[in-house]
Amino acid sequence: MEIPYTISNRPDTGLWNAKIGIWLFLASEVMLFGGLFSAYIFLRIDSPPGMWPHGLLNVPVGTMNTAILIISSVTVVLAWASLKMRKYNAYWWYMLATIICGLIFLTVKLAYEWPQKFDHFGIYIKTEALGKYEQYLGNEYAAEKGLAPRLEITGHLHNRAALKDPNIKEYEVALDPLNADPTNAEMDRPHFWPHPATEKIATIEKEDVQYATMFEPRHSAYFASYFTITGLHGLHVLGGVLVFIYMWLPVSKRLYQRNPEHLANRVEVSGLFWHFVDLIWIFVFPLFYLL
Amino acid sequence: MNNPPDISQDSKEYEEYAHGIRKHVRGYLMVGATLLVFTGVTVALSYVHFGTQKANIAVAMLVATFKAGLVAAIFMHLAAEKRLIYRILVFTGFFVLGMFWLIFLAWYDYPIFR
Repeated sequence: MEIPYTISNRPDTGLWNAKIGIWLFLASEVMLFGGLFSAYIFLRIDSPPGMWPHGLLNVPVGTMNTAILIISSVTVVLAWASLKMRKYNAYWWYMLATIICGLIFLTVKLAYEWPQKFDHFGIYIKTEALGKYEQYLGNEYAAEKGLAPRLEITGHLHNRAALKDPNIKEYEVALDPLNADPTNAEMDRPHFWPHPATEKIATIEKEDVQYATMFEPRHSAYFASYFTITGLHGLHVLGGVLVFIYMWLPVSKRLYQRNPEHLANRVEVSGLFWHFVDLIWIFVFPLFYLL
Repeated sequence: MNNPPDISQDSKEYEEYAHGIRKHVRGYLMVGATLLVFTGVTVALSYVHFGTQKANIAVAMLVATFKAGLVAAIFMHLAAEKRLIYRILVFTGFFVLGMFWLIFLAWYDYPIFR
């Protein structure tokens, strides 16, 4: 049986079927991401003043990934326009560009940004022990300048065995620039270019630690929502890339020869999905990377 | 920007049609460039201080909404779509705002924090 209304409009809806289908699907997607974003807003306004982490993500890399996603949105719409003009070769190249953009985005996310977070260590100090580590936290300086109090020491964990072994009584951490030099006004605000961890090593006794963890979802509400939302977004990018690969393979050429408009419509609906994924990222990027 | 019409079998009409698409393509490229520029603007503005953190969030969300609007209106053809799709979106908007509103109400459940 042939699928009805792949090209021509259904009389009662005035649209071909896939177009309604994708929009209904996108409506459900709005609810899905809407729920997560409202959870994010709730967690954020509920966090004590100044306690929402700021400047922990790599802004230049995030900006580059945003640009890549925007470019891929342009190439997919050009791929569709090429099909409409019946230029299969141009379509093939634009589609390839889109697929490559999607793969770059995913690679940067999964092979660079996330692993770097999983390797970054954060130690929350018990309230009563904060004074002991004043040289790394600079809370007096922060209070003087009206900055948020600092409860966490971050950097690169040197003795990883300390995570598992209860006999090791302290963490040795190569400090991030803020903790290495907490009274330096340069460090009051996050920078565009991330500063690497310093050579300065701090020894922090476990009995002074409230809790310590890598920058994983359990680190904070911030990272929990970051990994959930970017993870779900990444799955969407992956899904889009798989669909595009299917439409770029020789099977699509056969459909094109049989019915070019059908292929154009398929590209249009998958393009709508792709633009939606881009649109979500347009909000994710400033919320998590910049603010 | 309207959706390009379906392709015509008539070669002369096709020429006109292809010309129309080429005009659209220029529009798409312009929108892409605008989006890239405004990505830079978002990043730059986040390092400017507008007094409070809330003001900075408001500015960034304003720019993001503008960018999202461009994507929806031009790339997703929402500037000129069939009525049924607008109806679907009005429903979606209603329910998603309702959900945000519920979360907002839940905020008052824990007076101990405030």
